[in-house]
Amino acid sequence: MLNFPLWKQILTWAVVVGGLLLAVPNAYYARVEAHNDAAKAVEEAGFATTEQQAALDLWPDWMPSGIVNLGLDLRGGAHLLAEVQLEDVYKQRMDGWWPQVRDALRGVRDQVGSVRRQPAPLSYELRVQIENEAGMAAAVEAVRALGSSVVTLTGVGQTDIDVTAEGNVLIVRLSEPERTALDERTIQQSLEIIRTRVDAAGTREPTIQRQGADRILIQVPGIGSAGELKALIGTTAKLTFNPVVRRGTSEDRTPGAGNVSLPSMDEEGVWYTVEELPVVSGEDLTNAKGDFDQNGRPAVAFQFDVRGARAFGDYTAQNIGAPFAIVLDGKVISAPVIQSHIPGGSGIITGNFTVEEANRLAVLLSAGALPASMTFLEERTIGPELGQDSIDAGRVATLVAAGAVSLLMIASYGLFGIFAVVALAINMGLIFGVMSLIGGTLTLPGIAGLVLTIGMAVDANVLIYERIRDELRAGAKTAARAIELGFERALSAIVDANVTTLITAAVLFFLGAGPIRGFAVTLAIGIVTSVFTAVNVTRLIVTYWYNRRKPKTLVV
Amino acid sequence: MAWRFKLAPDNTKIDFFRWQWLTFGGSLFLSVVAIVAWAVMGLNYGIDFKGGTTIRTESSVPVDVGDYREALQGLPLGDVSITEVFDPNFTDDQHVTMIRIAAEDEEQAVTPEQIAQVEEVLRAAIDPGMTFPSVETVGPKVSGELVYTSVLALAVTSVAIMVYMWLRFEWQFGVGAVLALLHDVIITIGIFAVFQIKFDLTIVAALLTILGYSINDTVVVFDRLRENLQKYKQMPLREVMNLSVNETLARTLMTALTTLIAVGAMLIFGGDVLRGFSLAIFLGVLFGTYSSVYVAKNIVLIIGLDRTEKAKKGGTPDEFANIDA
Repeated sequence: MLNFPLWKQILTWAVVVGGLLLAVPNAYYARVEAHNDAAKAVEEAGFATTEQQAALDLWPDWMPSGIVNLGLDLRGGAHLLAEVQLEDVYKQRMDGWWPQVRDALRGVRDQVGSVRRQPAPLSYELRVQIENEAGMAAAVEAVRALGSSVVTLTGVGQTDIDVTAEGNVLIVRLSEPERTALDERTIQQSLEIIRTRVDAAGTREPTIQRQGADRILIQVPGIGSAGELKALIGTTAKLTFNPVVRRGTSEDRTPGAGNVSLPSMDEEGVWYTVEELPVVSGEDLTNAKGDFDQNGRPAVAFQFDVRGARAFGDYTAQNIGAPFAIVLDGKVISAPVIQSHIPGGSGIITGNFTVEEANRLAVLLSAGALPASMTFLEERTIGPELGQDSIDAGRVATLVAAGAVSLLMIASYGLFGIFAVVALAINMGLIFGVMSLIGGTLTLPGIAGLVLTIGMAVDANVLIYERIRDELRAGAKTAARAIELGFERALSAIVDANVTTLITAAVLFFLGAGPIRGFAVTLAIGIVTSVFTAVNVTRLIVTYWYNRRKPKTLVV
Repeated sequence: MAWRFKLAPDNTKIDFFRWQWLTFGGSLFLSVVAIVAWAVMGLNYGIDFKGGTTIRTESSVPVDVGDYREALQGLPLGDVSITEVFDPNFTDDQHVTMIRIAAEDEEQAVTPEQIAQVEEVLRAAIDPGMTFPSVETVGPKVSGELVYTSVLALAVTSVAIMVYMWLRFEWQFGVGAVLALLHDVIITIGIFAVFQIKFDLTIVAALLTILGYSINDTVVVFDRLRENLQKYKQMPLREVMNLSVNETLARTLMTALTTLIAVGAMLIFGGDVLRGFSLAIFLGVLFGTYSSVYVAKNIVLIIGLDRTEKAKKGGTPDEFANIDA
């Protein structure tokens, strides 16, 4: 009699049945995917259309519906690695400090004399030259009083600015904790805005992740190209409404204090000189959507919040007949003349838009402007056909590998070889089951990991079988004893060999990026499931077979 | 006894040290050659490590690399290399090339405008119906970091394996195993250098996988060695080693063969995108099998093992018998 404790039998059965059940949806990938998409849409909307109901019916609710995600290299899509230019925000912040610092120094004018801003080598630095070096102490004190305290984890008593002096130059710097807090806020805002923009474009399952201190990884399956994605998320989309000073045909080199000269977006060679300080800006918008003007041309309709509506209403009431410019990212979209007082805080922007451009602008405006510009370190576009080719090739390779390995195992170990092949098949199912359960992503190298697992998974079986042969040769008392010893004594080699492979998978996971991570995940799952199937499942099968047949002699 | 396919006869008594000067010496020699090739010829780094752009083109017109080169001649691009891609999965009218454009200088990657230009020029000169199934750009900043991360990954894995081996066996085993691993990886890199096969991030993943496979193989031999050292306390170390390798030979060959079959299927049918990756693993498994028989234990023998302390560390196989049996 071969012994295998009942509780282990039950546990093995439970894992196998549960794992295979979880793997089943992957065999009906398209149907389950349609079902899941519909289920998600229905949950959001609260009701189901007939179309959605039809999709829901494609897959029974009581079945598990988790499927393995396909990586970008298999599904096709675009991948961007963006670096947020944190210095932009520092610079804006220092520009914001300058008027305050100037006013504060004006208060101690009798001691410091006149002041002048100087160019600063660091982006988070403001340098001010003062006339009387003797008054520096007073100047430092006056400016220091402007700082407010920052709350950090490390302690209290830190302020947002550091004020120091170098000869007759006063230096104001953003303090270390303030910069850290600012960085954090900038990245979080950027992530949020990118997410809104990508979601509004309506693609499925985009990945938007922070990487390291100042990077954002964006992966969007199904989008045409990285360029398209870049146009969507790379635009700062800073919208302002500025009073127009004059219109010209070339850049105004001397716009005057507080004014800037900006080119027109559509009219070639037309420049507008506008007041730098906007009346209202995109931050005051609550809503924007694609629309049409009275003549049926595509336009963007917008709605201001209370503050924006009041400022806009007051300005239009006072400036009837004067033009004002609608400026997007440093270019004038249009400069209409104010016809009447606009009290309601809503309006439309017209320009030479196509419907798509108007819709995109609306998405950008309602998501808000990015706090800082981004540079792109990595751009990848993978066409859907290439992904499909890879899946097909991977499928062929998997089948060929599985077939050839199975033949070899059966030729080498006979009936026990068949047991190993059954365990291998269950192992493949379990890998997909676990991947579906944890929402893992299958990538092209991941498929390679799967194929590699086929080759290496039988190793544990080989170790056990060779050990049983050894024990038979060494003269084990009974066949049952040889089997038991074989399983027991092979275990230390199996554990040691697989833990070391697990170590490499872990390193690959933590240091690798994207597709390589997918490889590490399949490899690691494959190692765990293959040890389980080789040790437990094979043991279960061998036990059932042995106890039924009760062979006198054992041939492995 | 029923018929069985056998890679090794049942009771082999091969002296694996007999031709040591040839096997171990040969390994040393090959490792040195590989390092020299690596140093002299350099590796054919992909954009992951060098920065730049690769464009995959697909057209129904047969490829003449010269035509492609001529078409791109006039454009203000950095170093351009064009290779035709072959794969048994391609249909007859599927002609694929990979165009690699090096980043122009240390700062700037290839711009989207330049890529658009390349696509336009190729469509005009070769085939208006040409498609571009993948376009990838990596900036020099990222590629520098990737080199660093890759080297770090190989180092961390080696150290982690050495520590684990030290915990489970003796430190000599750890050193022997890791040197054998480096041997496998170095020779594989050498082959990539000699044949100038594209070396990118997936190849690094393959090298790490080789570490994983090869250690697996070595561990099985060492595990048996540990067991036999307990059993035959008086037998000279060299003979215990020979015995252990002979006893595990059938398994070593069998596992190598199943793995090679699987990776071979990947190499032939798995598509061209993963070819380099599969090739690296294939070579690594070959050398890994060789090194666990001919390299790892020789290093342990050279370092020497203090057998009086043997009883303290590691353990009998029965130590594990109760965990999950």
